[in-house]
Amino acid sequence: MDVVYFAWVRERIGLPKETIETSAQTVADLVAELSSKEERYAAAFADTSALRVALDQELSDFDAQLDGVREVAFFPPMTGG
Amino acid sequence: MSVHVQEEPFDAGQVLNKFSAQQEGAGAVVSFTGIVRDVAAGLDHMEIEHYPAMTAKAIQAICDEARERWALTGVQVIHRYGKLSADDPIMMVLTASAHRADAFAAADFLMDYLKSRAPFWKKETTSEGADWVAAKDEDEDALSRWSRG
Repeated sequence: MDVVYFAWVRERIGLPKETIETSAQTVADLVAELSSKEERYAAAFADTSALRVALDQELSDFDAQLDGVREVAFFPPMTGG
Repeated sequence: MSVHVQEEPFDAGQVLNKFSAQQEGAGAVVSFTGIVRDVAAGLDHMEIEHYPAMTAKAIQAICDEARERWALTGVQVIHRYGKLSADDPIMMVLTASAHRADAFAAADFLMDYLKSRAPFWKKETTSEGADWVAAKDEDEDALSRWSRG
């Protein structure tokens, strides 16, 4: 599964994209798994209420299932316009 | 209907004239141009990051919803990314309809949704350093104006 990061999430984790092997069932499981791996992930995911997630380029939420998902994106609230 | 996500600058006047000329049966054209604002500490530049695989798709979905809600003869959105300076145009929304109410409402709706649902992130660099622009609660709240029961 590809995981992509944008804006300060990308800066805090230190990379824009990575491919991972995971058995996480939900987005929240994936966040927990990454956070336990290294401090920089724990720092980026410390407050998930300040984050947004997209699954295969569609906005989703942290309870969503990852079954069949190919790309997960984490980013702060968007500031378009 | 067209969506342009681009790094290049655009000429708002030219875009408006071309869009207007393409409309059939429109009695009203509304256009909004967003411009990079200078900030108190003095803006050196703004960097706009986006999610290339998602951006055009997300904007297209917002445009589709606008067309479903209002009787529009046309919709166009331009949004830039990359490095911009104060006074540069960032984005433009254009809507056209037979009567003005639909074009005004659709443009207002599109702006509210582009602010909080199009995957762009702005980073401002001033004399004091660089910082990501935080999303405003009122921008998120503005979306509730458009909820349909």
